[in-house]
Amino acid sequence: MKINVLAFGIAKDIINGQSVEIELEDGMDVQSLKASLCNKFPEFNKLRSLAIAVNEEYQRDDFKLKEADEVVIIPPVSGG
Amino acid sequence: MIDIQLKDTELSVQECNDLVVSDGSGGIAIFVGTIRNQTKGKAVQRLEFESYKPMAISEMRKIAEQAKEKWEAEKIVIHHRVGVLQIREIAVIIAVSTPHRKAAFEACQYCIDTLKETVPIWKKEIFEDGEVWVAAHP
Repeated sequence: MKINVLAFGIAKDIINGQSVEIELEDGMDVQSLKASLCNKFPEFNKLRSLAIAVNEEYQRDDFKLKEADEVVIIPPVSGG
Repeated sequence: MIDIQLKDTELSVQECNDLVVSDGSGGIAIFVGTIRNQTKGKAVQRLEFESYKPMAISEMRKIAEQAKEKWEAEKIVIHHRVGVLQIREIAVIIAVSTPHRKAAFEACQYCIDTLKETVPIWKKEIFEDGEVWVAAHP
């Protein structure tokens, strides 16, 4: 399956764009998406943290992804 | 009552105060987060905030709901700014009204501390010689 992953903050600079398409095997989870992102863009390994939001909620590493999900890279937040 | 706003125009402390004042509240705590002119001694020229808007709003709402329940607050307002901000401008306002003062301080502190940990908003500091996404690296 192809997952279109959106990026904000420093993640946008790392992927050099607003979004990136990641090819994953069907039924893969958040952890495998993170691994794929870190492999493709090693700069992600240097961040303080890396979270993934699916359909506007933080999801744990074992959450299974579907192609139609809205998937967003959440680098360390710094609001306030 | 909970009021959450994420906007690219100036925030108003008076507006937040007026939104939380109530007949049943004996105290209002208001935290105002402002733009500081330096980081580790290096002059900051301005800050740029961006957000993942729908989730930022839902995460701020979750925080307000948790605080409202835990401290039995009458009303909670969280207004956050995005876009380009200059030194001294207001980035965030949290206002909480409660029957007694201690709860207002505690709920207000919980809201700002949790917001900084969970709400998908990012700020970039612009220096004379470059720019840095705040807190991105260890």
